[in-house]
Amino acid sequence: MTRSFLLATGVLLPASLLAILIALAYGSVAIPAGDLLAVIQGEGSRLHSTLVLELRLPRALAAFAAGGLLGVAGALMQVLLRNPLADPYVLGLSGGASVGALLAMLAGLSMFSVSVAAFAGALLSTVIVFGLAHGTGSWTPTRLLLTGVVVAAGWGAVISFLLAVSPTAELPGMLYWLMGDVSHARNPYPAWGVLVLVVLLALPLGRTLNVLARGPMQAAALGVAVRPVEWTIYIAAALITATAVMQVGAVGFVGLIVPHMLRLIFGNDQRVILPASALGGGILLTLADTLARTMIAPEQLPVGVITAMLGVPVFLFLLYRSR
Amino acid sequence: MPPHTADPQRHGDPHAPGFESVHEAPRPDTLLATRDLVIDIPERASGAPLDLTINPGQCWGILGPNGAGKSTLLHTLAGLRAARAGEIHVQGRPLPEYSRTRLARELGLVFQKHHDGFPATVLETALIGRHPYLRPWDIETAEDYAQARTALAWMDLTELEHRLVDTLSGGERQRLAIATVLTQNPRLLLLDEPTSQLDLHHQVAVLDHIRGIARDDRAAILVLHDVNLAVRYCDHLLLMFPDGKACWGPTRTMLVPSALERLYNQPLGVGEIDGYPVFMPRPD
Repeated sequence: MTRSFLLATGVLLPASLLAILIALAYGSVAIPAGDLLAVIQGEGSRLHSTLVLELRLPRALAAFAAGGLLGVAGALMQVLLRNPLADPYVLGLSGGASVGALLAMLAGLSMFSVSVAAFAGALLSTVIVFGLAHGTGSWTPTRLLLTGVVVAAGWGAVISFLLAVSPTAELPGMLYWLMGDVSHARNPYPAWGVLVLVVLLALPLGRTLNVLARGPMQAAALGVAVRPVEWTIYIAAALITATAVMQVGAVGFVGLIVPHMLRLIFGNDQRVILPASALGGGILLTLADTLARTMIAPEQLPVGVITAMLGVPVFLFLLYRSR
Repeated sequence: MPPHTADPQRHGDPHAPGFESVHEAPRPDTLLATRDLVIDIPERASGAPLDLTINPGQCWGILGPNGAGKSTLLHTLAGLRAARAGEIHVQGRPLPEYSRTRLARELGLVFQKHHDGFPATVLETALIGRHPYLRPWDIETAEDYAQARTALAWMDLTELEHRLVDTLSGGERQRLAIATVLTQNPRLLLLDEPTSQLDLHHQVAVLDHIRGIARDDRAAILVLHDVNLAVRYCDHLLLMFPDGKACWGPTRTMLVPSALERLYNQPLGVGEIDGYPVFMPRPD
């Protein structure tokens, strides 16, 4: 365990730094490495300084934090449901967040209120999906996934309705939010706080999650207080997702792709996978957002388009392989 | 061990005098005792209350047809499901007083089915048996690894240490489950059909090993479907009848052919090998 932990952090920490540097260097205007170095050292031209430190850095940090949170949320949900297909987006959490955000936008509320409404929507959706899927027994993975997919479809209908009745001037902002958009993120630090806290909490819980992944009965026989642990993960995953969605909107599939890739490389120890998912999710979303800013520059793509284009094939591949 | 022999005096109606459960009062060193325990099988009438006393050095076999409640009983004894009535005492203390972690150091359970959420290696799987002994921030020590490797060696799995569990055969997976509980190293082992998927050699090897563990201060309770293996390896038997009745006591008092025939609803012939009775199903 120690070895794969060191290997994972040894690879992913430098990669995270590199991803953020790439995000700083590329955009509508590319900044050569020498100039970027100068800006970081407090020198460099005024234009470059403003571009890098005031526009790109907060955005890169926001993308990284949100991606990290989505990665951890996916990894936690997959353990809770013992199913590698679980993901906040697939389970309809992001749909609930979108409805909350659109309602706030329609009411003409501030950007901050939109975030809070998104947070509330994600939590509401979690309660609905997990509550309905729980039923009388435990969370059977199939029932949970189906409930999530159907609830997501329901949110989709509400979203279409809201778009249909919205004034035309509001539509572009709404659409961008729906597809996931980092450009609204101004203050990345609360999300970073949550991310650090979550990783610190996940480390001591990791071994318990390893045991829980073998089923609730087996875990109980090995000394895990199953119910309290399950509720902790459930609430944590909901809060984490809501925090991420509040930052970047309905970005899908980060929580699906990242833990899956990392498991292939570093094995299945949750003490490795959870912190690695935080870094891996951060790297993925930072790079995806950089791509979204540069592909059709000076226009921007919603980052959710890029993650979905990566995520859908991965999801289908996983589904195909799981009999 | 004295050879077990069917006492001809006891043949006949299982409810006739002379075929009764042998009640033993709990001793100070008793590992597990139940008082008037009625297991809870949904939508089934309550069965006979069980007063079992499992002492160190004992190996109990639970025999009964499918659906008699054998697994439910094991799960109830391990505190994984509530009983309909009665009490369970683990080493003299009521079971509800134990925290899950504390209980997992005293009681280990091998399930009939094994779930592997995400593929892990054989060694990692055995190593989770150390979970009840580690605090949240602890990382498995060299000693924990050594215990897991020893248990894998006992179960003849050393060669497979780095294999992923989802590539194992049914029998290998079953031996791994037993190796995990041996790594857990509890004082009372509860095993649900531990030999159901094993070849003959491994059936004997596993039961020999469990019999060896259930010597001094430890004990084991095994759900078995093979009466003859139970006769060989268990010093006490609990017969669970389909109608909810139950009989228990030292093996030699329980080997009443008519009772076993009623237990399985199957005519049996009786022979003898090495001084042990051998039961063979007889087609009608």
